[in-house]
Amino acid sequence: MSASPLAPERPPGEIASAAPRTTRSRLVLGLLGLVAGVVVLALASLAIGSKPIALDTVWRVLFSPDGSNASVIVHELRIPRTLLGILVGCALGMAGALMQGHTRNPLADPGLLGVTAGASFAVVAAIKFLDISSPIGYIWFAMLGAFVASVVVFAIGSGATGSPSPLSLVLAGSAVTALLVSFTTSLLVNDTQTINNYRFWIVGSLAGRDLSVVAQVAPFLILGAVIALAHSSALNLLSLGDDVARGLGQHVGRARVVGLAATMLLAGAATAACGPIAFLGLVVPHLARLITGPDYRFLMPYSALFGAILLLSADILGRVLARPGELQVGIVLAVIGGPCFIALVRRRRLSSL
Amino acid sequence: MTVLDPPRPATRPVARQVTIRTRRVSGRIPLRAVVVAALGLALLALAFAWSIGSGDFAISIPDVVAVLTGGGDPANAFIIEELRLPRAVVGAVVGASLGMSGALFQTFARNPLASPDLLGITGGAAVGAVFVIVLGSTGGVLATGVSSLGVTLAALVGALAAAAGLYLFAWRRGIDGTRLVLVGIGMAAVLDALVSWMLTKASIFDLPAALVWLSGSLVGRGWHEAMPALWAFAILGPLAILLTTTLRAMQLGDDSARSLGIRLQLAQGSVLVVAVGLAAFAVTAAGPIDFVAFVVPQIALRLVGGSRPPLVTSAILGALLVLLADTVTRVLFPYEPPVGVVTAILGAPYLLWLLLRTNRKASA
Repeated sequence: MSASPLAPERPPGEIASAAPRTTRSRLVLGLLGLVAGVVVLALASLAIGSKPIALDTVWRVLFSPDGSNASVIVHELRIPRTLLGILVGCALGMAGALMQGHTRNPLADPGLLGVTAGASFAVVAAIKFLDISSPIGYIWFAMLGAFVASVVVFAIGSGATGSPSPLSLVLAGSAVTALLVSFTTSLLVNDTQTINNYRFWIVGSLAGRDLSVVAQVAPFLILGAVIALAHSSALNLLSLGDDVARGLGQHVGRARVVGLAATMLLAGAATAACGPIAFLGLVVPHLARLITGPDYRFLMPYSALFGAILLLSADILGRVLARPGELQVGIVLAVIGGPCFIALVRRRRLSSL
Repeated sequence: MTVLDPPRPATRPVARQVTIRTRRVSGRIPLRAVVVAALGLALLALAFAWSIGSGDFAISIPDVVAVLTGGGDPANAFIIEELRLPRAVVGAVVGASLGMSGALFQTFARNPLASPDLLGITGGAAVGAVFVIVLGSTGGVLATGVSSLGVTLAALVGALAAAAGLYLFAWRRGIDGTRLVLVGIGMAAVLDALVSWMLTKASIFDLPAALVWLSGSLVGRGWHEAMPALWAFAILGPLAILLTTTLRAMQLGDDSARSLGIRLQLAQGSVLVVAVGLAAFAVTAAGPIDFVAFVVPQIALRLVGGSRPPLVTSAILGALLVLLADTVTRVLFPYEPPVGVVTAILGAPYLLWLLLRTNRKASA
């Protein structure tokens, strides 16, 4: 568990003083490259779908909507889902990095804070008792469920000590999640109609969300992202262990509250908008860590951009693979992302947490 | 050997031990572990009798004992031997297998989150079972072929295939704990997504059955399901206990284990085979009773003390939890919810309470 962080292959004698600086400028360049990648994918996402639209048409109607079919498709359907894909991808990537950083556990995903289970339970309750059956109607229920669940996890994990240790956070999160899943299942059993609506929410999808959804979740996501980015140097200290961090002057309890609040905002709002896309938050930080090493000041933005890239690519692929219908992004992500992740894990030496 | 004892956090109770020295054998018996195991066994026996006695036709515990010891009323005997006993056996064996498997996984990966659910073993079984439930009725050559296996066999094939895949993909000049776990995550994601996808394609009439299987259920389980799980546990359980010393060394880290004379590849391979085998047969018999493999080892660890989940106590408590949960579903609810729902409702608050208590102690 003690691989040399930045470049595991480098022989020990060769760590010259110039090395960190070149690494850093390389990392900044890489960041720019990823931003370019997101832009290209966003354009592709506007153009590709069950009705392909030529890129020059996309470009023309993008700034001057003319009421043509292409213009309506781009503005009403593809712009909202592309924006949502970018936002949610960034959010889940960062939430994953935060969660793995705070629990110091490579298996942690944002769902571990209880957000996914809380949101699912609230959505099922809304479907069952209030007869709500559209993804747009679920949003506030899901967000409420996610936030309540994560506050409970945090409270139980910290007990009387004021801030949870990584281990008790993991255990409290898993136990609360399991409990909520049980409640959800007991609502679902014997209720075919609710299962019927719920099964389309649980796979995770960007389809059928309009700009109002984006507008509702964006404030939470942006606030969470700002906190997460500002929080990354504290995470660097926390990754040395709570005691060392405290010795270096970090207020561990406060950092924990801030970091987990950001996770709650990011993952809660993302789940509310798209349903649970659990795999993304788990995998993206590992991908980012392969390039950046353990420095959270780079890991955080890399995770965000990788998240957006993966989510957009999966969404586009889902539209291409099952034309004229589409595959939900959560499924594409796991079915294609899983094997890629395995291949990556086999090829490279992973830097540990 | 005290130097090699794993470091204990100050908050965990240090186990009181009795040292035995005879001419041939010497060793230490951790008192607390023995007491917890004995209490657990006693409770398990009670739960077993309660489970067999309760149901639509209640049979008193003395009558249950009479039938089990070979006597009793023939009408009771039929109900017990053909209906209740196999179901109770499935519950106990499945719980014990999952508890032990979870303890093995968690020690192997040195991570409390490692469990057969997270590593795709359960997902493999679920793909097999849901495929048969959901697509079996739609026809097609593949579907008909697979459905002829039946749900149980398809689940077993799925679980074992997932296990084989896990080992194959994680193998690269040996097995590395972290890599295995990450590969497992990847596989679990793919398999779980396949299950969700099949559910979105399912006819609405097949959904409840699929959901019940996915939550884990003991309804209608008979000797047909009990025997394979029982055999697997009878063979793999003792093997797991034989591995205790190895696990103790492995827990110190790969390098330390090697320098203690453990043949790491062989040791890791055998731990994995045992853990995966236990999980696969358990999931096949009762569906994925998700929470047991995670929560039981953690509860056992907190009751017994020490630095890694104890195997035997995990098995006993696992059996106890599943049996109790199954009986509660029959006694307390007007309809029978899947047992997997109740295991979490019983197990999770208990773990949370233990957690809160430890935290309070730590802060005091």
